[in-house]
Amino acid sequence: MRHFLDFEKPIAELEGKIEELRRMSEPGGINITDEIGKLTEKADKQLRATYARLTPWQKTLVARHPDRPKALDYIRHLITDYTPLAGDRAFAEDAAIVGGLGRFRGRSVVVLGTEKGADTETRIRHNFGSAKPEGYRKARRLIELAGQFRLPLLTFVDTSGAFPGIDAEARGQAEAIARSIEACLSAPVPIVATIIGEGGSGGAIALATGNRVLMLEHAIYSVISPEGCASILWRDSAQAALAAEALKLTAADLKHLRLVDEIIAEPLGGAHRDPGPAVHAVGTAVENQLLPLLGLEPEALRVQRRDKFLAMGREGVA
Amino acid sequence: MSWLTEYVRPRIRTLLGQREVPENLWSQCPACQQMIFAKELEKNLKVCPHCAHHMRATAIERLGWTFDDGAYTRIELPKVPVDPLAFRDSKRYVDRLREARTKTGMEDALIVAHGTIDGHRAVVGAMEFDFIGGSMGAAVGEGLVAAARLAVLQEAPLILYTASAGARMQEGAVSLMQMPRSVIATMLLKEARLPLLIVLTDPTTGGVTASFAMLGDIHIAEPGALIGFAGARVIEQTVRETLPEGFQRAEYLHEHGIVDMIVARTDMRDMLSRLMALLRPPAEAITGEPAPAEPEDAAAA
Repeated sequence: MRHFLDFEKPIAELEGKIEELRRMSEPGGINITDEIGKLTEKADKQLRATYARLTPWQKTLVARHPDRPKALDYIRHLITDYTPLAGDRAFAEDAAIVGGLGRFRGRSVVVLGTEKGADTETRIRHNFGSAKPEGYRKARRLIELAGQFRLPLLTFVDTSGAFPGIDAEARGQAEAIARSIEACLSAPVPIVATIIGEGGSGGAIALATGNRVLMLEHAIYSVISPEGCASILWRDSAQAALAAEALKLTAADLKHLRLVDEIIAEPLGGAHRDPGPAVHAVGTAVENQLLPLLGLEPEALRVQRRDKFLAMGREGVA
Repeated sequence: MSWLTEYVRPRIRTLLGQREVPENLWSQCPACQQMIFAKELEKNLKVCPHCAHHMRATAIERLGWTFDDGAYTRIELPKVPVDPLAFRDSKRYVDRLREARTKTGMEDALIVAHGTIDGHRAVVGAMEFDFIGGSMGAAVGEGLVAAARLAVLQEAPLILYTASAGARMQEGAVSLMQMPRSVIATMLLKEARLPLLIVLTDPTTGGVTASFAMLGDIHIAEPGALIGFAGARVIEQTVRETLPEGFQRAEYLHEHGIVDMIVARTDMRDMLSRLMALLRPPAEAITGEPAPAEPEDAAAA
């Protein structure tokens, strides 16, 4: 069954009606094709209108949509010979961070992603995409592996943030994130990072310090969740919609602030409505961004990445 | 970049200034509730003489306590675009900034100075918790990069006193990008083989901990300082467990291998000086040539 968000209700109602009419017309009785056509057109129009002016809070809900393609969906469809690798070599395997070797468009690469899971079982297995220190240490290991064998690194980021837990703190969550950022900045290979859903703060930047940073049209990228920000600044987490507005966390905002390089358009009604084309569009965008980087020397890649981040926040926006 | 300087004279003058405020004659220790004579507290670097509780200190105080005779030269930090998001909650961010500036006398939450510590040349950055929770926005990120560049230019170690609630929310994703930017600052030191000494003070959390603050060559913590990534309340709500005694305190981090040592504020200068002396590479490591022989050796040969 398809999940509908609150603001998608009018669309859901129309689609329900269409479904009902289809069922009625099946036995060959009344011909209501015309009626169905009209309603379908109306539903499309409604969908287009709704998605053309999503508020930042609505985008947040779309970015977290349970049916939205997750990191593993991108990896499965874009990477052939995907060979998952596991563990931080020190403490544990953390399934919130997935990654390994594979081929992207025929070329050997290392992929990394934060994986939220798609149903109850996998969500629990992947800890809802919130990694612990061992996850970031595994990420660092794979980033260094990419460097060692001069393989491009592709990352797919979708996390509400690093896991806030007692054990995570005890094992140095902060240090693990910092080292993962450092590994990205030191890598002698191209890094193309894509924010596919939620880019949640430090847990996201740990895997997103790339030569190119792409963002899906309805993804969000923020220093704190709207709920967290609202509970601190408005002292009321129910003000999340206001906070989402203030935080400027949409792809368009990030592009305007010159913090991401490209926005990848999503199919009408969001990636969750039509995952196939969404995944394909990401593959094309990543390839287009990766190709020009392949000719660059290791040092040039490091310098480009460093300069890119050094410029952020130093220069004003147009 | 102009390293416009503001020279701070030895500390006698500051002491004279404080004597004019009679209501500050006595302070109460928030830990043991004992009354402390202000002058004594000042002399003891805001450490309670009864229970050794380390009270919070301002960035300016830290500089004064660190450099020889309390004398140092502050550098002007690069200007960054203000309020990139045009942010407002109950208050406009620009107004919060103005208030913080009035309250602290600082431009933003970081000040950087250079001078000597026990004769060793050093660059020191100190964060001000009273400036919007010591939060890291573009100005702090840029300041850290400037501090690192100055250290490299002077071939001096960089000492950073951290005190921060984390990222500056009011700068949204711009503040998030200060995490990699501050990491770049640490890499500049590393590439120049210059020591980066991090002094974690109460409190240091969030995006500051998860970036430059955990990438020092040596991590020093003040006793009892709260240091961590996630806030205690968030953790409690997530795991629905009572947090262990002393959780996220300096001693807990030391026990878990995250900081090298816990150093009392009154011993900090000595420890910093000792570390700088021990970490200073022999001259040949820098110049690539053997160090000139001592006169006595020359005579012996």
